[in-house]
Amino acid sequence: MAFRPETAKPLNELVEVLLCGPHTLSPGERELIATYVSSLNDCYYCQTIHGAIAAAHLNGDEDLVKRVKADFQHANISGKLKALLLIAAKVQKGGKNVTGEDIARARSEGATDFEIHDTVLIAAAFCMYNRYVDGLGTTQPRGEALYRERGKQVAREGYISVSKTYLPAETAAR
Amino acid sequence: MAHIGLPERLPGISGGFAFRPETAAPMRELAHILLHEPGSLSPGERELIATYVSSENDCYFCQTSHGAAAAAHLGGDAVVKQVKADFQNAPITPKLKALLSIAGKVRRGGKNVTGEDVASARNLGATDLEIHDTVLIAAAFCMYNRYVDGLGTWQPHDQTMYAEMGKHLAEHGYLKPSR
Repeated sequence: MAFRPETAKPLNELVEVLLCGPHTLSPGERELIATYVSSLNDCYYCQTIHGAIAAAHLNGDEDLVKRVKADFQHANISGKLKALLLIAAKVQKGGKNVTGEDIARARSEGATDFEIHDTVLIAAAFCMYNRYVDGLGTTQPRGEALYRERGKQVAREGYISVSKTYLPAETAAR
Repeated sequence: MAHIGLPERLPGISGGFAFRPETAAPMRELAHILLHEPGSLSPGERELIATYVSSENDCYFCQTSHGAAAAAHLGGDAVVKQVKADFQNAPITPKLKALLSIAGKVRRGGKNVTGEDVASARNLGATDLEIHDTVLIAAAFCMYNRYVDGLGTWQPHDQTMYAEMGKHLAEHGYLKPSR
């Protein structure tokens, strides 16, 4: 991000709209989708930081985050979120895997078109962020504790605000 | 039929963009910077990377529209077809071949990129910025392709439409709708 502030700006704006913007899915639910997809893509940095942000939104419930990554069907989340995570997993493997039945199941659990759209795009976007982070061979320090404070900060302030700590002022997003 | 209620008669990604303008704006800006703004790789070369990744991801709309944009920049679609079929034997620079090889690895997963891949691109003259943008173009098209196919968007097989779209994209870039 800091290497190329011009592309960091839309990258941060996109994640801000998807994960922090006004929504019928809570920020915690959306961070769980991002964390789950990053876990399927085996991106250590993304699954750990977004897991920490999710936990910060979910009253510090790190166990719930772990359960969603390991076996979301048996996690203590809504039937609607389970149906959306199933769609996210299919998008992770490739967009064509999503079927009409997947969409019908999510709708029958109460998901709106807007929620389905954003689930598809969160999953697709994390297939980008994960590849960007791993494809550049970025430094990814190990240890969940290192990510906990940053997770709380992003949950509190959002992505664009935090990006100002590492981007030059004139290129940071609005 | 699209999986959700997208506006009618808007092909591919433009259906998703019209449905959700708030996410369309940064997605358009990212494509514009990566593919259209001045850079040491020509817009035609960058469109070839986008087309190749979209082809490997089997996304009809993206590979056809970006292939048309590449053809508009490069003055014909012969090289586009060769790059999609077998870029190692296409009439492109060795540097672009090394970058396409990195893009192909990113497409399968970021961890596939090795130090040797990067060293080989550098030996052929690639800069860090060119390597960075290649990784991000490949990663970004893993998003755009999944978005377009994951929503089940309308993807007409109309070569005239794509040729016009490609010319428009090559000339004006990605910030505003092309139709």
